[in-house]
Amino acid sequence: MRGQLSGTFDSDKVMGKVYDSRVAGRLIKYLGPVKSNLGVGATGMVLRTLTTIAVPYLAGLAVDRVELGDLTGLDSIVIVAVAVVMVGWGGRYLEELFLGFVGQKILYRMRTEMFDHLQRLSLSFFDRNLVGRIMSRVQNDVQQIQELLASGMLNVVFSALTLIAIAIWMLVLNTSLALLTLSVVPALAIVTIIWQKYARRAFIQVRRAIATVNAQLQEGIAGVRVTQSLTREDVNADQFESVNREHFTANVRAARLQAAMWPMVETLTAIGTALVIYFGGAQVLAGEMSVGVLVAFMLWVRRFFDPVLELTMEYVEIQRAMASGARIFELLDVEPEITDQPGALEAPPAREIKFEGVSFSYTPGARVLHDIDLTINPGETVAIVGRTGAGKSSLVNLITRFYEVDEGQVTVDGCDVNCVTQQSLRRQIGVVTQDPFLFYGTIEDNIRYGRPEASREEVVEAARKAGAHDFISHLDHGYETHVGERGQNLSGGQRQLVCLARAILANPPIIVLDEATSNVDTHAERVMQKSFRRLMKGRTCLIIAHRLSTVTRADRIVVLEDGKIAEIGSHRELLARKGLYHHMFGALVAPGPETITG
Amino acid sequence: MRILLRLMGFVKRYRRRLVVALVFMLASTAFVLAIPQLISNAIDTVVAEGEQTALMWLAVAVVGAGAMRGISAFGYSYLTEVVSQRTAYDIRNALYDKLQRLSFAFHDQAQTGELMSRGTADVEAIRMFFGRGLLGMLQIAVLFVAITVLLIQANWPLALLTMAFLAAVGWRAVVVARLLRPIWLKIQQLMAVLGTILEENLTGVRVVRSFAHEQEESKKFSGQATVLYDEHIYATRKRAFNLSLMVFLVTIPIPIILWYGGRQVAAGAMTLGQLSQFIFYLIIMAMPVRRLAFITNILSRTVSGGQRILEILDTESVVQEKPGAVELSNVQGAVRFEDVSFGYDRSAPVLKNVDFNVQPGQLVALVGGLGSGKSTIAHLIPRFYDVTGGRISIDGIDIRDVTLESLRGTVGIVQQHTFLFSATIRDNIAYGTMDADMEQVVAAARAAQLHDFIESLPEGYDTWVGERGVTLSGGQRQRLAVARTLLMNPRILIMDDSTSSVDVETELLMRRALQELIKGRTTFIITHRLSIIRNADLILVLRDGEIAERGTHNELMSTDGLYREIYESQLIAGDGCDEEVS
Repeated sequence: MRGQLSGTFDSDKVMGKVYDSRVAGRLIKYLGPVKSNLGVGATGMVLRTLTTIAVPYLAGLAVDRVELGDLTGLDSIVIVAVAVVMVGWGGRYLEELFLGFVGQKILYRMRTEMFDHLQRLSLSFFDRNLVGRIMSRVQNDVQQIQELLASGMLNVVFSALTLIAIAIWMLVLNTSLALLTLSVVPALAIVTIIWQKYARRAFIQVRRAIATVNAQLQEGIAGVRVTQSLTREDVNADQFESVNREHFTANVRAARLQAAMWPMVETLTAIGTALVIYFGGAQVLAGEMSVGVLVAFMLWVRRFFDPVLELTMEYVEIQRAMASGARIFELLDVEPEITDQPGALEAPPAREIKFEGVSFSYTPGARVLHDIDLTINPGETVAIVGRTGAGKSSLVNLITRFYEVDEGQVTVDGCDVNCVTQQSLRRQIGVVTQDPFLFYGTIEDNIRYGRPEASREEVVEAARKAGAHDFISHLDHGYETHVGERGQNLSGGQRQLVCLARAILANPPIIVLDEATSNVDTHAERVMQKSFRRLMKGRTCLIIAHRLSTVTRADRIVVLEDGKIAEIGSHRELLARKGLYHHMFGALVAPGPETITG
Repeated sequence: MRILLRLMGFVKRYRRRLVVALVFMLASTAFVLAIPQLISNAIDTVVAEGEQTALMWLAVAVVGAGAMRGISAFGYSYLTEVVSQRTAYDIRNALYDKLQRLSFAFHDQAQTGELMSRGTADVEAIRMFFGRGLLGMLQIAVLFVAITVLLIQANWPLALLTMAFLAAVGWRAVVVARLLRPIWLKIQQLMAVLGTILEENLTGVRVVRSFAHEQEESKKFSGQATVLYDEHIYATRKRAFNLSLMVFLVTIPIPIILWYGGRQVAAGAMTLGQLSQFIFYLIIMAMPVRRLAFITNILSRTVSGGQRILEILDTESVVQEKPGAVELSNVQGAVRFEDVSFGYDRSAPVLKNVDFNVQPGQLVALVGGLGSGKSTIAHLIPRFYDVTGGRISIDGIDIRDVTLESLRGTVGIVQQHTFLFSATIRDNIAYGTMDADMEQVVAAARAAQLHDFIESLPEGYDTWVGERGVTLSGGQRQRLAVARTLLMNPRILIMDDSTSSVDVETELLMRRALQELIKGRTTFIITHRLSIIRNADLILVLRDGEIAERGTHNELMSTDGLYREIYESQLIAGDGCDEEVS
């Protein structure tokens, strides 16, 4: 399964298929649920388009009446024209309003769909893809689509409609003159086709450049503390300047191409008008056509090309949105590597953990765990020790099924973790890691995270058990204190205590402590050790630790080396064995000459 | 308005190009206006049953005017785009630079997602304004005035009537701009909030999964997305109403012109060609008016976006380099705190009257409980924050009198949480010392006990590490941070809990390495490792932001104080075994 590298975004590949009809097709699918709004909006648009085309015709008729001196005839045409303008107003209002609704509804759906999808993706996806990149898809790319929906798509549809309607009306009124005028259209089509080949290339560069700029900006902000302590501000500024400059250059190139459409379109428009003046004028002089029709034709020629110009102006927007659409769908198409099996059951309250012949690797070929057999009995506390990279954290990741085993199976109370729903499985297991993550919100919200329905009393009780109550109640706002991004206004130890309270409140039958005390000082550790003991009572416990103080208290200690179990036993047994454990901790245990002096 | 004027400051440098663009714009407008004149002549020629050759010349003139209009429009649109992109480029640089330099106090409060939205969406809004907005508005004004003049020449009562409607459109546009501004401001804020929720969800993905909290997270996100949606819908309503009204106001004069103008023509007060001219001009105005709505939209977004960007650019870093600050050179490494007080905010002091003196080359251990102020002391020495009272000096020089660069080049700090940049391991180690050669990088990695691990990777030092260093374990990340700092070869070294999440064996190795590393440096260590603490020349025991006790291990053990309490508790907690054979 793994190894397909699904879910690594390859921007070049995405950029290559700009203007993909499949993307357009999938975008259109979003229109389904908003049919009724779309219907009303489209009706408004058609009304508006018809009126904008009718007005020149009415003006032409009026000119004829004036030429004939028929003022009553003129009055009735004016009345019709007023009515038409009013209808156009109404149509325009409906169009703007309902198509606006359509756009916003689609955006809402896209955003929430992407977010929900992200909730289903496996952790390995997040290992491979930068937070900034994913965010850019949900934010910037959706924003691009919004721009398209807000103006671009409308204008394009409107342009096409107008073009066709005018052409038909012209042909009906005066076929020969219409054909002459329309002769500029093929020229325009050819020019546009050639142009778009260049425009597309330029646009791809623009898109790539903006992605780089955003990634740099994101990292600049997130890594600012390191940057400042190493005084690399100037170097970073230079680097940013250079990607920013690339972005600028790419945009200017695109702008030149975009502006190049002006002379072409304007000249062709003028040629169309000139054709009407010369040949139409001649027809009027020959008495084959009225002045009014001539006026109407000339008014139409202008309208004819305005939308074309707009189309080319929107072209970049459309392509941009297509690329964004492709990126959005690419994200939505990433299959979660780990899914609940069809008919997966709710995990029963579990107490026993069993590894049977488990092998595992993050990337194919690089085995992290080999053939692990281990049973952790109900209520037992097992410590896992080993060198960095021995596979300690991987073991934990398999119990929670953040990753899947390559071989063998992991069971909780005899139930294969692959056969139960991920959510119910994870509710059985409380993990406290060395990197305490808090969400933006109050301390109370954070403690309540695993059990949103908990009362205030239960929150305080959990904080007390975690040993966090004392410092929390000393804060100005107590439990209402807002903790910022990653809880930066609390110290590492304080954050860890809040995380511990969070785990206590969730009350899981299995507890995993993943180097949980490594970032706190002695005093805090002492507080936490006490809390741990309370937390561990009656639960199955798995502890990953470096500190001997934590390790010695375990019922059994598992020593991992290079992904294999090297030794298992109690502290004393292992010391007596004089193996790896003794090698690691023996130095610490052997009483030194200065120990415990007064 | 003030915001707009200040934003204009960014374009000032490109005023020459803007002037050229303006000339192109005026030329393009002139040619646009010439065409209806020619058409009007053509109609009059036809009505007067004139010569076909006259028509031919008029047709040729139309093509000429059209071509000229196209060329000037090219110049205008290209140049404004260059200026606007250039402005966006400048603003982005300024913003990035500012964010890099704002002190920790600012970044403690700010959220990455929110700052990102300023750096992307807001900059884009400003760019749009300087691109199509600014000169576009001017163009509309020029068109309006020119058409007024031209029409008045043809028939002044009809001209005034027509222009009255167009003036109403202009007024409406101003009203709309004012109306939409607060809405846009709110939408941008809501977008930023949504971004924060997303970012948090992504960075905290392990916690979300561990607590099986996916559904609640989705609910939170969609709830916020709904608020954003509602605000957008509100904006859409306002926009739809006003936009349609504006287009109506620009179209309704056509029947009126026909009605009144028709009578004027019949009375011989104007020609049929002139009547058509009125209609042509109105239609020419229709496009810009539609754009006017677009521009007012941009304008509101620019003002709100500009406000948010200027807010950052105006934020003065709390930590400022003094004018005439000197380079800190030939540092011996004596560090002195004189009656130092500090608080992140005024109401809650974190450090109170801290006073100590460290000789060059000494090893200082900072010991104390949660929130006792150890990390704060570490952060004050490289001036990540400024003291609120007292002074800190290095070799007798107040650190506020020296350049930040020389100060931070002297003081190396290994922080508790390490950020890894998406780059190779080598680049990450050499992050602060770009000119370091490979040997130096390897030496630093060796000293930090990281070399063997790196060599075991297939790509060695060229291995790419992810955004938060996901592929490295906590211990490896910290050792990388140690290597990074060591490469700078700082005279004063600060280690904030830095050995804590390294496993026991590595830690033993590192302790030995550290013996070498701290030699000849003034070193501050925040740690709970008694083996290190015992060797310290000075132990500062902190409690509630004050120095409770100070002295060497033996001195402190001989008094029955806090240190002894901590020491013994650690021995008990660790079954007397967290000791190193020395």
